Amino acid sequence: MAEVKLRTPIGQGESRALRVGDIVSFSGEFLFCRDKAHLRLIEFARQQRPIPVRMEGIPIYHAGPVVREQDHAWRIIAAGPTTSFRMEEYEAQVLRHYEPRIVIGKGGMGKRTSDALVETGGAYAVFPGGAALLAARCIEEVMGVYWIDLGITDALWHARVEGFGPCVVTMDSTGDSLHERIGSESLSRLQALLSR
Amino acid sequence: MLQEEVLVAQVKKLLRTAETCLPEDVLGALREAYELESSSLSRMQLHAFIENSRIASEGSLPICQDTGMINFFVFVGDGAHLPGWFSSCLRRAVSELSDEMPLRPNLVSPFGRQNLGNVGACAPNIWIEQVPGDQIELAVLPKGGGSENMSSLAMLKPWEGLGGVRRFVLSQIQNSGGRPCPPTVVGIGVGGGAEVAARLAKRALLRSLRVRNGDPGVAEFEMKLKEEANALGIGPMGLGGRTTVLGVNMEICDCHVASLPVAINMHCWAARRAKMKISPQGEFEFLTHEVE
Repeated sequence: MAEVKLRTPIGQGESRALRVGDIVSFSGEFLFCRDKAHLRLIEFARQQRPIPVRMEGIPIYHAGPVVREQDHAWRIIAAGPTTSFRMEEYEAQVLRHYEPRIVIGKGGMGKRTSDALVETGGAYAVFPGGAALLAARCIEEVMGVYWIDLGITDALWHARVEGFGPCVVTMDSTGDSLHERIGSESLSRLQALLSR
Repeated sequence: MLQEEVLVAQVKKLLRTAETCLPEDVLGALREAYELESSSLSRMQLHAFIENSRIASEGSLPICQDTGMINFFVFVGDGAHLPGWFSSCLRRAVSELSDEMPLRPNLVSPFGRQNLGNVGACAPNIWIEQVPGDQIELAVLPKGGGSENMSSLAMLKPWEGLGGVRRFVLSQIQNSGGRPCPPTVVGIGVGGGAEVAARLAKRALLRSLRVRNGDPGVAEFEMKLKEEANALGIGPMGLGGRTTVLGVNMEICDCHVASLPVAINMHCWAARRAKMKISPQGEFEFLTHEVE
């Protein structure tokens, strides 16, 4: 377990070195990306169309913020992570094609994402779910918003963050997953309880 | 006399309170969990929850970016008069507060998935129930998508009894892992029919963690389930630890001789709720929070 400070763009060496249990804070750029934006990323990849923003080494954050528009500028008021598992269907493809290298959310992801993290030398980390105001405090400014036709919640928000953390690495490039471990331990405990 | 404008203003205050200030019993349970936890990862999660809640109540800001689907429970005394415009005032309050606070626009049509704000067909969700007395009690329960998605219903065989309910509930909690943002408040509804059990499960989330079911047998079962759920070791945000649930609240009612319906509905650690009482003279009193 190490405490790590990373600045974007994240190099492959940096993301590959992360291990389950590491506590990380991020500074630099973030891309907020939920289900609909993932779908569109894949669509664009298939059509070989350019996306509006650079993704290589820029962490994907599974979140839909509460925002306020004031004097033609967006401000993010609350921005905790959303359930990552909804993106399980798409994440592996996004990791391989766009190489964001880091995915941040809550609740963990599955085997397909884990395999893609191993292949691309990436890592998945969690931010405390529901801690929306702590997250918002680490967001310095909205650099841009794209695909707003998907809705405020689902748009691709491009933000500058400073010391975004505490994030905990729960899936790493060796294929280790804390979610997998806790899942199988709690299942054995359940079976023991129910056999009583 | 109750007046429309006054009601809208008070409901907005009620909803804002729910969105920004956790009730004392939930905060207390989170602090207890923090004391009890020994792993540093789990303590870090709980510390973030408590700190985040403090910032929210001090700044009157939404605790979570998922400000939820808004559920209202209206308990109308049989001696009270519920004005015809009551529900439309609830809808107006949600709509106005969505802009003022702001609340995240969470509502979409089920298939088109077009964003509709927070007011639409069946939203906010309004349940009206008649109870003894001459007051109106109004409770609000904002419910995030992550925890609501872990809800489930089972139509058990009558002979499965309490053991069947235990198996269903513990399996559902285990299977949900970190997804409903544990430690959760677990609502269980047993009896009635399918929709009654589901409604009871959600209504159970309105009860304080410090109050057990009035039936001693059910109360004991609630405590046993809490202990067993916490023995699963899922922990805060599913990262492992001693507290997976903050409490288990179960409501029961009678059911068909051939049935044993059971439903589960979990609230995330940010178990937001608020309740107020409206007297026959149209005076308002908050029951869950100290509000001026």
